[in-house]
Amino acid sequence: MTDPDPRPDAANPIQSDPRIEARGAPLSPDQVAEIGRRFMERVRWNSELGMKLESLFAGVAEMRVPFDARFVGDPQSRVLHGGVVTALLDGCSGAAVMSHPTGAAATSTLDLRIDYMRPAKPGADIVARAECYKATRHVAFVRSVAHDGDIDDPIATAAGAFVLERPRPKTPKPEDKA
Amino acid sequence: MSARPPRPPREPAHIVEARRDAALEALVATVPFAGVLGIHFERLGDELTARLAFDEKLIGNPTLPALHGGATGAFLEITAQIGLAWTLVWARMEQGGEAAAAIGRGEFPALPKTIDFTLDYLRSAGPRDAYARAEIRRAGRRYASVAVEAWQEERARPFLSAVGHFLMPSEG
Repeated sequence: MTDPDPRPDAANPIQSDPRIEARGAPLSPDQVAEIGRRFMERVRWNSELGMKLESLFAGVAEMRVPFDARFVGDPQSRVLHGGVVTALLDGCSGAAVMSHPTGAAATSTLDLRIDYMRPAKPGADIVARAECYKATRHVAFVRSVAHDGDIDDPIATAAGAFVLERPRPKTPKPEDKA
Repeated sequence: MSARPPRPPREPAHIVEARRDAALEALVATVPFAGVLGIHFERLGDELTARLAFDEKLIGNPTLPALHGGATGAFLEITAQIGLAWTLVWARMEQGGEAAAAIGRGEFPALPKTIDFTLDYLRSAGPRDAYARAEIRRAGRRYASVAVEAWQEERARPFLSAVGHFLMPSEG
């Protein structure tokens, strides 16, 4: 494995990462748009939190939760609750799985471990970036970072395993066990 | 502490219980996000059970349908955090004197901060109320370890289980 944590560059954070492009044929822009639309419109909880899909490409997703006073954990500090971070990292990780070139039909969380480094800045949006770095036949592995502007100064990081449901009719050839 | 203050006359139980319920409600109200999720706590003695009232907004998978893992994860995190904070509040209320009076005025200790939280999604959660209870496995001065489980129809069939570590507020 090479460097596990691709850093976005300024111009085009995801598309320009050669290792991600090397993963294989990415989804078409239409497919990506469809995943993004389904994620926001059909998944009520995502829209309830005001989540915005910032980018989605070949197993990498970026999402944002704009600051909302209703979602604070402590009204005095005006810091978003850890549960918002949990929801964002979980949702963003799921989007990363769906956008992976392996072509998942559906996904759900098996397990998710979140480490909290520090509280978000008062009044700040939270941004998450999740990467599905490995997709086996039945399981997808995702790591993710939540930050409030600087990805090198994270609020939280997470690692998760996700159910990878394949499209029903045709059985894909097994690339891997698990 | 050497000399104990003289014991005040015993209060009627319903007054004590009403005060505890009011303190619990006020504690939960300090976390606005708990209200957005629709979380309420029920209390039997010092034991709390959290309830996540079903609402369409909690749906994560409209096909099944199932509750969103992010929403149920946040539910467990709040259950653990309030469960821990409640032990501090309870201790102060039992202590009486100024500590209990401060709780009565709504002056709560700072909430424990999550260090890490690990969620184990055991099965999908249906479109109905969910319940959760936290078990404090270790409550140190500085760090606490909490296990939480959530279920719907059958307590013996939890849909989500979690363990987390928390940093306790500095002053006692």
